[in-house]
Parts: sequence; C-alpha cells; structure tokens
Amino acid sequence: MTTYSTTLSVNGIPYSLAFDASRNLLSVIRNEVGLTGTKEGCDDCECGACMVLLDGHPVNSCSYLAAQATGKEITTVEGLSSGDELHPIQRQLLDAGGVQCGFCTPGMIMSTDALLRRTPEPTDEDIRIGLSGNLCRCTGYAKIMEAVKATAVELSGS
Amino acid sequence: MTSITIPTSLRDVLEALAGGARPIAGGTDLVVSSRQGKAPLPEALVAIDQVAELSEVKTGTDGLMIGAMVTHARLMTEELLVESYTAVADAAALVGSPSTRNVGTIGGNVMNGSPAMDTGAPLVVLGAEVELRSTSGSRRVSLADLWTGPGRTSAAPDELCVAVHLPLRPVRSGSAYVRLEYRRAMEIAVVGAAASVSLAEDGTIAAVAVALTAVAPTILAVPDLDALVGLDPTVAAQRVAPAASATATPISDLRASDTYRRHTIGVMATRAVEAAARRASGETIAVPVNRALGIGAAR
Ligand SMILES: Cc1cc2nc3c(=O)[nH]c(=O)nc-3n(C[C@H](O)[C@H](O)[C@H](O)COP(=O)(O)OP(=O)(O)OC[C@H]3O[C@@H](n4cnc5c(N)ncnc54)[C@H](O)[C@@H]3O)c2cc1C
Ligand code: FES
Ligand code: FES
Repeated sequence: MTTYSTTLSVNGIPYSLAFDASRNLLSVIRNEVGLTGTKEGCDDCECGACMVLLDGHPVNSCSYLAAQATGKEITTVEGLSSGDELHPIQRQLLDAGGVQCGFCTPGMIMSTDALLRRTPEPTDEDIRIGLSGNLCRCTGYAKIMEAVKATAVELSGS
Repeated sequence: MTSITIPTSLRDVLEALAGGARPIAGGTDLVVSSRQGKAPLPEALVAIDQVAELSEVKTGTDGLMIGAMVTHARLMTEELLVESYTAVADAAALVGSPSTRNVGTIGGNVMNGSPAMDTGAPLVVLGAEVELRSTSGSRRVSLADLWTGPGRTSAAPDELCVAVHLPLRPVRSGSAYVRLEYRRAMEIAVVGAAASVSLAEDGTIAAVAVALTAVAPTILAVPDLDALVGLDPTVAAQRVAPAASATATPISDLRASDTYRRHTIGVMATRAVEAAARRASGETIAVPVNRALGIGAAR
C-alpha cells in the first residue's frame, strides 16, 4: 500500500489524512473526513451526485484523486448551511418540491451554488447548462429549475 | 498499488516521467476509465496540475501558445481563442458538463488520443503543433504525426506535452467546430467537423481546411480541398460534403451505423464551412456554434 499523507481543507477545516494514492476524493470525504452529505451515485462521472466545489468550481469527486485536492479549498454540502439554518438553495428546493428521494440533491445544490456565484441572474439556458452534469431520476427537473430561479431572486435581492 | 507525486516544477515532473511515472492532468479520462474498469490506474503517477507555467496562454510573434494544463472552461472563454481560434472554443464548450470542463485539459484531450476528442479537429484545421518535452530535450510535432491510432500517440512515455502552439491567423479568416450529438451534455460526438476558412477580398474562398471527428481511427484532415479556392463560400460548403464522406472510414456501434456516420459527416462538414466563412466575413456567431445555430440536440 502506497500511502499518501496530506492535509485537505474541507469547509474551511484542515484535516490531516493518510490514504492510498489511488483513492478518489469522494471516498476520502465520506470515509476519512466523515462527511456523508456528498453522495455516490454512479461512481464513474455520469450522475453528479458526488459534486463538490474545489476552489469554488464544481468537480465530480468520484473521479478526482483525493491527493490532487491538496492545497485547494474543498466545499461540500455541509459547508453551505450555517448551524441549523438552511442555505437559501436548500430551503427553496424544499419549498418548490424539488427534493423527492433526495439523492441528487447535494450535487444539485453544489452546482447551483457555483452557478449563482458566477451568474447571479441566470437565464433558463444558464441554469440548464449549469446543472447539465447533474441527473435527477425523480423530479423531472421542472421544480428544481423553479427553485434555482427563486434562489437567484432571493440572493440578488431583486 | 498506486503512488503519486505532485511537483511544482516542470523539471521534477520530467524526472518523474523519466523514472517511469505516467502524467495525470485532470484525470477525467485516466481516473474515469479506471473507475469504469477499462484500465487500472498506473502504478506511478505524477500530477502536473501544480506546475504554474503549464497553465499559461500566451501570444508571441509566431502565434498563440496554450499550456497543456489549460482547462476547457478557460478555452471556451479566453478572449484570444474566442476571437481568433474560435473553433477550439466551440469544441471546449461542448465537452461534458461544467465540472468536466473545469477539470479536463487540452493536454489531456490531445494526448488521450481518442478519435472522438472534440478539440482535435479544430486544432488540426488551425495548423497546431504540440510541444513535447523530456529530460533529454524538446521537440514539436504536428498532430498528424502525433496520433497513430485510437488512444495511441507517437510521444515516448517520458515525453510530456507542455503546450499546444497555434500559428498566426491570416486576414479575413474564421473557424468553427460542430458536432452531431444526441444529448446536449455528458455526450461524445457521434461525428464532428471543424473548418478553417480565409476569404479573398472579393469574398471567395482563399484557403480552406476541414478535419473530421469520430469517423476514423484518428482525427483526419480532408485532403485535396484546393479545388474549393476561388469559389463562393456557400458553393464550397456544399462541395465539401462528398469529400468529407469519402474521407471517412467510420465504424458501426451502438451510437450510429457506419452509413449514418458517413452521411452525417458530410452535413457537419458543410455546416462547419458555412459557419467558418460567416465568421471570416466578420459576422459574430456565439460560441459554441452548435447552440448558436441549433445544431445537434435541441435541448
Ligand atoms: C463525463 C465526461 C464527459 C466527457 N465529455 C467529453 C467530450 O464531450 N468531448 C471530449 O473531447 N472529451 C470528453 N471527455 C473526456 C475528457 O474529459 C477530455 O479528454 C479531457 O480533456 C481530458 O483531460 P484531463 O486533463 O482530464 O486528462 P487526464 O485524464 O489527466 O489524462 C488523459 C491521458 O493523457 C495523458 N496526459 C494528460 N496530460 C498530459 C500531458 N500534458 N502530456 C502527456 N500526456 C498527458 C494521461 O497520462 C492520460 O493518459 C469527457 C469525460 C467525462 C468524464
Ligand atoms: S458518483 Fe460521481 S458522477 Fe456519479
Ligand atoms: S430527487 Fe431523487 S434523484 Fe433527484
């Protein structure tokens, strides 16, 4: 076993870790760091359930080597809410009925966060592109679209 | 078992390669194919993403240099590319999803050597060369000499692609890349075509190059297009279709039959030439052409 020792910064907290160099970021976040909000859907870069942000950009953590996240700021869904207070994206998704089984939800939330930071007033087309790497088998997407639009309005205060 | 080093200097990367390590850029091909069980991760990896100079985009007297670590997200928005080497931006904007584009690189796309790679055909029509470097020196090769088959290149295992070089563009020139696709995201090309066109003062074709995606073991340039010089671009765009279909040697697979690919590659070549000629005449067609002109999947 070739162990890679490093410090990963997850949601602003540094974690000293040692793991096999072949490990993906998803498994290290879930099993070593212990944050299980990030989900494993397909494990081969198709579904987006594992989406986290690296330095603010969405990345499929199932297909990204954990070692390569060294020195980058990792944000998971746990990093968005503050205490018991939901992030506006989370609240709007619940209000709109954009969460059914919920398995895609953490990934949808991370992609939405990245989208709205760069494009605070997105068009429908921007939202479709922003969420194009996230599959949902339950909602049919319409309610997710609605929630993203409502979040954009709420956050931009318009 | 896999080991990895993550150097910050190019010299250390090259030394790791000389010692038998395989380079990993974003890992969107390398890690994904290991997760899909296609190929296990190599035993020794050297990550190249912390070497700052590999992420540069620079203009010089002889054209544009794109560092191997430049991501698709940057290729599709970088002004120098969108302005003058638009076909590359068209292609990068179609890759995967936002996350694929944030992580996947031009060096990984080119060196992975897939016949379906999207940046390949644009780079061919723009006359790109890749710069390969190892501890024993550096050389430049044309893409035609780089790709030797599906997933195979003529680069030695210890050679790193450090940059892609694009020559200066002629006056009144434009380029475009279009692909046939069944979905708008997370999709690879059924077939695709890139064109570069420069126009004479009277608006006729002064030079044209066309290259094809996913219709042969490697990306291919359509040969012998000199007969199109002097023609009106709309006529040239029609004439290019049979030439593209004749160049193609497609396979049949789950995604399309060889007959369908051979026909649609002609259609894509026509549309690529039309869009490139419109851009050459000064018209702005937004990146990517697929979305601007409604080519490929509707939604
Ligand atoms: C969901 C998904 C969708 C995709 N969609 C598309 C698409 O639409 N179009 C498309 O073209 N591709 C697509 N791809 C493939 C992939 O994202 C691209 O080919 C990408 O550009 C690869 O870059 P990378 O940095 O991730 O390469 P890596 O996986 O890091 O490397 C790929 C190969 O190239 C070698 N390599 C990498 N960099 C260098 C270098 N500088 N010098 C020498 N060798 C090097 C590696 O050793 C490896 O063999 C998709 C992939 C996924 C997972
Ligand atoms: S688990 Fe990563 S994309 Fe599906
Ligand atoms: S809510 Fe079930 S997959 Fe989206």
